[in-house]
Parts: sequence; C-alpha cells; structure tokens
Amino acid sequence: MRPNRYPDNAWAAILLAVPFGGLVIFYLWPLLRTVLLSFSEGTAFTGYTITGFENWRQLFENGDDVWRALLNTLVYAAIVLLGVPIAMVIAALLHQRGLGGRSFYRTLYFVPVVTMPVAVAMVWRYIYNGDFGLLNEVLDAVGGPTRAWVADPDTALYAVAVVGIWMALGTNLIILAAGLESVPPSLEEAAMLDGAGPVRRFFSVTVPLLTPSIFLVSVLSVIGSLQMFDLLFIMLGRTNPALADSRTIVYLFYEEAFVRNDRPLGAVIALVTLVVTLAVTAVQFRLQRRWVTYA
Amino acid sequence: MRERLRSRHLVTHVLLMAGALLMVSPFVWQFLTSLKTLGESTRIPPTVLPSSPEWGNYSAFFDVVPVGSMAVNSVLALVLRVAGQLLVASLAAYVFARLRFRFRGPLLAGFLVVLMVPPQLFVIPQYEVIRAMGWLNSVQALALPGMFSAFGVFVLYQFMRTLPPELDEAARMDGANPLQIYLRIILPLCRPALAALTILTSLFSWNDLLWPLIVNTVPDRMTLPVGLATLQGAQGTDYPVLMAGSLLTILPMVLVFVLLQKQFIRGIAMSGIKA
Repeated sequence: MRPNRYPDNAWAAILLAVPFGGLVIFYLWPLLRTVLLSFSEGTAFTGYTITGFENWRQLFENGDDVWRALLNTLVYAAIVLLGVPIAMVIAALLHQRGLGGRSFYRTLYFVPVVTMPVAVAMVWRYIYNGDFGLLNEVLDAVGGPTRAWVADPDTALYAVAVVGIWMALGTNLIILAAGLESVPPSLEEAAMLDGAGPVRRFFSVTVPLLTPSIFLVSVLSVIGSLQMFDLLFIMLGRTNPALADSRTIVYLFYEEAFVRNDRPLGAVIALVTLVVTLAVTAVQFRLQRRWVTYA
Repeated sequence: MRERLRSRHLVTHVLLMAGALLMVSPFVWQFLTSLKTLGESTRIPPTVLPSSPEWGNYSAFFDVVPVGSMAVNSVLALVLRVAGQLLVASLAAYVFARLRFRFRGPLLAGFLVVLMVPPQLFVIPQYEVIRAMGWLNSVQALALPGMFSAFGVFVLYQFMRTLPPELDEAARMDGANPLQIYLRIILPLCRPALAALTILTSLFSWNDLLWPLIVNTVPDRMTLPVGLATLQGAQGTDYPVLMAGSLLTILPMVLVFVLLQKQFIRGIAMSGIKA
C-alpha cells in the first residue's frame, strides 16, 4: 500500500485553527481591506464605497506632502545607516584578544536598545533645546555652532537621525559581534605575522570577512528606519515649526489616518510605504553581489 | 611583547570608554535633571548638579497623569501579548516544522507574506476590527493583534526545524499523537527560543507607541508610553517632572536587561531584528 503523503491533515487543521484564524482576522484581511480602502471614498460614519483610482490620481497630482515625507524618510534612513561603520569599529575594538571588560562595554552600548523610544526622545528633546539645552552649552564651550536643533527645519530631521544612530548602535553591534565570532582568528594572526598593523588588518581582513553580517545589519537598519515614528512624534511636538518639513512617512500615515481621519488617504500612504520598502530592500539585495563575499 | 599588548589595549580602552560615556550621557543628564527644580532645569548656562535633590518630581509625575493604572495597563498588555504570542506562535511553528499535511506551502506563505509587509498596512483595518468588537480602550485591544504576529511563528519555526526528525518518529512509534509530541517533546526543547521570543515580545509590547496611541485614548486605559506622550503635551516644559517620569518608565526594562543580559543579546542575534 502506498504511504499517505499527508498523514497529519486532521491534526494540522486542529492545531492551526487559532493561529491561522488570528492571522486572517488581524493580518490577511486587513491587508486586503487596506488595498480596497485605497480605492474608496467615504468616512467612518458614512462607510466606504469603492470609487476607483481617484485617491491614487490625487497622490500623483498633488501629493507633495507624501513625496516630501518619503524623501525625509529616505534621508533619515541614509543617515542612520552611517551608524553601521561606527558599530563596525566598536565591534572590532571589542573583539581584540585579551581585552578585559568586554561585557561591561557591551552592556553600556546596548542600554539605548532596551529603553523606551518615547522616554529617550524626551531626554534628547531637552538636550537639543535651543535656549538651555546641554548640546548648545557644550558646542558653545568649544566654539561650535548653536541653534534650536529640533525646532529648525534645516536641522530637525538630522538631529532626530543622530538619536536614531544612538538607539540602533547596540543592535548593530550585537549582530556584527556575532559575525566576528565566526571569523577564524588564524587569518588575523597570519596578517599580524606579515606585519600588518591594526588599521590595515581591519580593512584587509576583518571587513571583507564580515560583509555578510554588514549586509544583514544594513538591510535591517534601513527597514527599521523606514518605520520611524516614535522619536519624531515626541521630539517634534504638534506645534513645532519644523514639523511640516520633517515628517516621516509613518508620521504622515498616523496624522492622515487617525488625526484627520482620512482613512482612504492613510491606506494610500501605507501602500506607498510597502512599495518603497520592497524597492529599497530589492536594491540592497542587488547591490549585495558587488560587495558581499560569502566565504 | 606583553608590554606592547597592554599599551595597545590602553588606547582601545580610552576609545571604548569615550564612546560608552557618550552612549550613557543622556541617561546621566536625565537623572540629574529629574532632581532639579524647574528654575534650575532652564538656567543658562545649565547647572550640572541640583543644589538640593528634588525627589518630589517623582511623586509629581504620579499627580499629573494616572500613572498607576497606566503601569497596570502596560503590564497586563505585556503579559497577555507574550502569553498569547508564545502559545499561538509555537503551535503554528510546530505544525509547519514537524507535520506533513496538504497546503503546507501556501499556508506557510501566508505567514511569511505578513512578515515582509510594513505594519501600517494592517493598522487601519485592525482598528476597525477592534472597534467592531467593542474593545476600544481595553487591555485586549492592546495585546490582540501582536499575539498573532508572524514574527514569532518565524523565529520558532526556524528553531524547530533544526531539531532531529527522529524525535517525532520515535514518539509516534510509542503511540503519541501530534499534540502530545508538541507538548512533551518539542516545546521543552524549544526553551531557549521561547525565552528569546518572550524577551523580544516584552520589549516590543512595553515600548510600543503607535498602536496603543490609536486604540486606547481614555487616560486611565493608556499605556505608559502613551501616558508619557500625553504628559509632554500637557506640560511640555516641566522638564524635571518629564525626566523623572521617563526615567521611571524605562527602569523596568533596563533592570530586566541587566539581569537577563545573555538572553537579550541572544534574542537579538537570533532574530536579527531591530527592537
């Protein structure tokens, strides 16, 4: 007799009922519903009716807000990406043989990862304050420029991005450190015997062997950055003069869908983020062939 | 040679220490400010130390917003979401990793698709579902969508696939059914992955802003992050109280992190996810 290819059909149905039911109610149906909403008009009170491409036409004809937010988000993601080389240097420093206090340093660098973004954003907003902020005081002491960092449209987004780097450093460090663990120490030693100094060894041995981890960290960093909401929401309050020029795409989504209650427009913005996220990730995977080497 | 090694490490220590100080300086400033008077916190140039510590800023935080109920909401939402997520995700992961059934591929694809889609695409309809059930401003509203997240399924699925298939085969020979194998054999072996998932889900739940901000809008139904945001909206310039409040809300997670450092770090490395 031929053995049954699917001996567990009944059990799979029973055990998957709740998980898959939840997936349908809270994820798969919402996905479809968001797509439908983007082609609809109406409000929560009147209900929504599908009317065609009007919302999408609006997006391309006068969706300046959305494009601006999209640009801001990409700029933010690009700046936060600069945190990856910083994390690489720290990971390499921490990795040196015989270095004491490794877990002590790791703890300190990791703390921002576990702290609530809302809470640390408040601290940074205070530090960035134009009148009595700590940053201006420090910069003033060394003769640097001072300004109202998060109330100035020219600097607000960058100021938030610095916090983004600070928050993500610990995560980047952990993943890169795990990658370094798998680099065989014999290669470093061989380079050392050949007379390569620490800087030379970092660029010629460590970085090339670490490219798969660097790639992973970069992809995750960008995906995370595209979701930025909390930091901006707190650091730039609703009345901030820099807000209009600094909104990210998720911030705009929240504002349109849940403050102005324009759900169809919210759905359009959400779909734009999906397209952009997929596109940016696809580009990263394509570029990967040029610089990532798998040993 | 020894001497050289030590001096090289000296430079490393100086660099690492300088970086570490930069990393923690915001927290130091937060703590110092939380003990200042309002006047001291806005003085130009800033004073470093408070003239006499104002511990009253901490109790003032409790007077401005219903911190007690917010903390309870945050904790209950976390417990419900973590418990639900562990159960739901381990069940689904077990079925996909260990059972042979029809439509396994398409069903698994359903979970993986969700994993790749940014969360905003679910938020509006999720809100409509919660409202339709009459659950706005409730603990279950906070926890429900997150309980079914595909992320947990994926983490546990990856882990369960690495367990040898002989485990199930031997148990089946002995007459165990799939539910028994899940409960008695697979789940106990998954303890490290379950611990990692618990930690990550707790972190997401405790720190999350967007979803709780949308579903729970009544002050004594809010979570701590939303409460803090409201506090800033109400008295955006009382920095000592804001610093005291924000310090109190980050303290639980930092303490848990210090105690469970290894598991935290393994969780992050295992899932490669941004917290």
